[in-house]
Amino acid sequence: MPGNTVSSSRDRRPVFLNLAQIALPVGALASIAHRVAGVLLAIGIPLGVYALDLSLQGPQGFARMAAALEGLPSRAAVVVMAWALAHHLLAGVRHLLMDIDVGSRLPEARRSAWMVNAAGLAVALLAAVTAW
Amino acid sequence: MVKRGPSGWLAWIVQRASALYMLAFLVAGLLWFLVDPPGSHPAWRARMAGAGTGIATAAFFAALLAHAWVGLRDVVLDYVRPRSLCGPVLAGLGLGLVAVAAWVLRILVTVRT
Repeated sequence: MPGNTVSSSRDRRPVFLNLAQIALPVGALASIAHRVAGVLLAIGIPLGVYALDLSLQGPQGFARMAAALEGLPSRAAVVVMAWALAHHLLAGVRHLLMDIDVGSRLPEARRSAWMVNAAGLAVALLAAVTAW
Repeated sequence: MVKRGPSGWLAWIVQRASALYMLAFLVAGLLWFLVDPPGSHPAWRARMAGAGTGIATAAFFAALLAHAWVGLRDVVLDYVRPRSLCGPVLAGLGLGLVAVAAWVLRILVTVRT
């Protein structure tokens, strides 16, 4: 496999850690994204609580929060968080349905994994369009 | 020998139950926002000062923090190495989540005064 080996004068064994060549099954992709999204959402908890605090303190706090959301970094963060929430929530519902034996057979599981991955990205796109 | 320590079934139940409650809360909250958006700051405050909203929101954050604990605990146990670091990291994480809980409680109590 050219381009997939670590070359040294003494050792030419292939190393199968080329991320571009590892074919991740769609279910595994949905699963690892579920975990990544969960960690992102957990990081978002203190930010969300801070926003709630500020928005309830008074009109100035409310305005300050609205102004802070105008910047480019916060808009990008909103898009990322929208993806994380959508993907995590939908992947979670998929797991809950599998718990009660809905769609737990492989063909349906693969199809629902595709749907979850696509729907998460669609929500992110929607959030991006709305944010700009 | 009797198996001691956490078996995981409680975490499993907490994760599922909190997920279902958060799902219901988010769907209901989103619909309420769409049907009757709190356009001004007083309207937003008045909504959050309601007893029903306050209790439902407190329960939401309890579910959220419990759910986050179960998930982050799994992540820490899977990836933090050496394993001897897991305990201290989890202790810090737990303290952080308890601090957020106290913060939320203060917000929800202050808005009613």
